[in-house]
Amino acid sequence: MNNKEIALFANDIRRNVVCAIGKKGGGHIGGSLSICDLLAVLYGEIMKYDPENPDWEERDYLVCSKGHAAPAIYSALALKGFFPMEWLEELNRPGTRLPGHSDRKVPGIDATTGSLGQGLSIACGIAHGLKVQGRGQSVFCITGDGENDEGQIWEAAAYAANYNLDNLIMFLDWNKKQIDGRNEDVMRLGDLAMKYRSFGWNSHRVNGHDVEEIRQTIYTAVRDKNGKPTMILLDTVKGAGISCIEQIENNHCIGLPEKLVKECLGELSLVQGICLKN
Amino acid sequence: MRRAFLNRVDKMIREEEDTVYFTVDIGMWAIRDLLEKYPERATNVGIYEDGMFGIAAGLAAGGYIPTIFGIQPYLVERTLEQIKLDFAYQGLGVNVIGTGAAVDYPKYGYSHYCAEDAGVLKMIPGVEVLTPGTANEFISLFNQAYRDGKPTFFRVSDHPNKEYDIDVTLGKANVIKRGGGATVIAVSVMLDMVMEACSDLDVTVLYYTSLAPFDADTLKREYNGGKIVVCEPHYSGTLDYDIIDALAGRSVQIEHIGFPREIFRNYGTYEDKMEYYGLNTEHIRAALAT
Ligand SMILES: Cc1ncc(C[n+]2csc(CCOP(=O)(O)OP(=O)(O)O)c2C)c(N)n1
Repeated sequence: MNNKEIALFANDIRRNVVCAIGKKGGGHIGGSLSICDLLAVLYGEIMKYDPENPDWEERDYLVCSKGHAAPAIYSALALKGFFPMEWLEELNRPGTRLPGHSDRKVPGIDATTGSLGQGLSIACGIAHGLKVQGRGQSVFCITGDGENDEGQIWEAAAYAANYNLDNLIMFLDWNKKQIDGRNEDVMRLGDLAMKYRSFGWNSHRVNGHDVEEIRQTIYTAVRDKNGKPTMILLDTVKGAGISCIEQIENNHCIGLPEKLVKECLGELSLVQGICLKN
Repeated sequence: MRRAFLNRVDKMIREEEDTVYFTVDIGMWAIRDLLEKYPERATNVGIYEDGMFGIAAGLAAGGYIPTIFGIQPYLVERTLEQIKLDFAYQGLGVNVIGTGAAVDYPKYGYSHYCAEDAGVLKMIPGVEVLTPGTANEFISLFNQAYRDGKPTFFRVSDHPNKEYDIDVTLGKANVIKRGGGATVIAVSVMLDMVMEACSDLDVTVLYYTSLAPFDADTLKREYNGGKIVVCEPHYSGTLDYDIIDALAGRSVQIEHIGFPREIFRNYGTYEDKMEYYGLNTEHIRAALAT
């Protein structure tokens, strides 16, 4: 995909996040929207996968450690044909195939998460296994900035560097907020790029809504392996891409009544794309 | 119940200088001013459950009374070793208030369920497990326990009893009804449902809000030889050891209305879940009829 197509894909992911969450009247929208541009780059251009065969052995892996952003991952997967778009309507419903947090029973999902802090370790294990087997594919992982409060994240950070997991690329969604407000007010995280560097990682800071910048940085990390894992700090906005959601200060998990769904879709419909019928 | 506990904690921090309160990034808007006014003693530590238990143990060792609020699976399972070694073994006290027990967060998936909370905690000797059925019961149990120097877990439910509000005592069961047939053990938020199911039945109903310590005396005294039906809003069989131990030497038939010991792979509302797993009046009556 070229950058324009990736941007359109990101827009489609957002539309479907809104529709899926809207069907249930609300959910984790803020942290889902902040990673849509990343997902568009990953699924649009970078990752190797086969929707017909989600368990394809040669695929790249993606662990969404901040499991509450599952609606965004599910939307990307549905748009890429891993399962029918209609499944998105069932998000969180009784008997659903799409539970609220990222779940391995869903085609295309590589790890069940939802308890924050654990996914990066799982990604380390997958990356380590692939390395031992001499396989060349990459393991991607997405963590939240609030999630980086958890000690297990830093244990995994030490592990990945110690075992030279240069097939591991972790994106840290630096949207500067967690549930109770701004990271700065809840738990100061300091300079995250520097922290990972001091743990022995490569680290880069990019505009998390600039698809070209994200894409180039990932390309370089995959191409120029140097024995270190890579962390890409995505400078993002919680609720990104829909101004009426961005403007809600506490937009972690909110009600999404029909009126707000309409307003969101109104903003996104400037470009026509694929969306659930609403 | 949440509102009641927030008010109670608010009062405690304002009035008692040796108390400290921790929350783990779970929506503290209601007592934001408390966090601002007493930043040294009321604090949001971010998403950091296991470490927070260690910190609380350190404060308890220094004479403070710590109270922690968070989401049940992360407060119970992620921190189990801290509970065991930092508190139970070292004889230090902490009050842990958990929301989202069993299937109270019904749509968020398995990571957010915690039907094993009481069972897991009850395996650690000396830990108190208190499961109030209403806001008043929470306040009463909290007042009785919060300074007792023990690790005490309070389960705060979003689905309290509405009909029954009982005067509860830590470590004691309440006799709600005496009858000649079976003995029904109603745990916490199951009481309304049990009483509805048993309104026209000649049974004994015992109400338990203290799961540890378990009141064996009341059961021993009130049990009249019939079947025991345990209605519990967590994994079935959580109280079996206590029941059998209380009635040692007697043969008892126990039936369970509770969550089956399986991994929950379905999602939906709280009501869907209760129906799906048979925690309803119909099943209680059926268990009593057979
Ligand atoms: C171990 C654990 N503790 C608490 C929670 C509850 N929780 C869900 S999302 C969240 C905030 C996450 O913040 P962040 O990682 O910054 O995510 P984002 O802002 O990108 O959505 C918390 C505390 C959880 N899911 N897991």
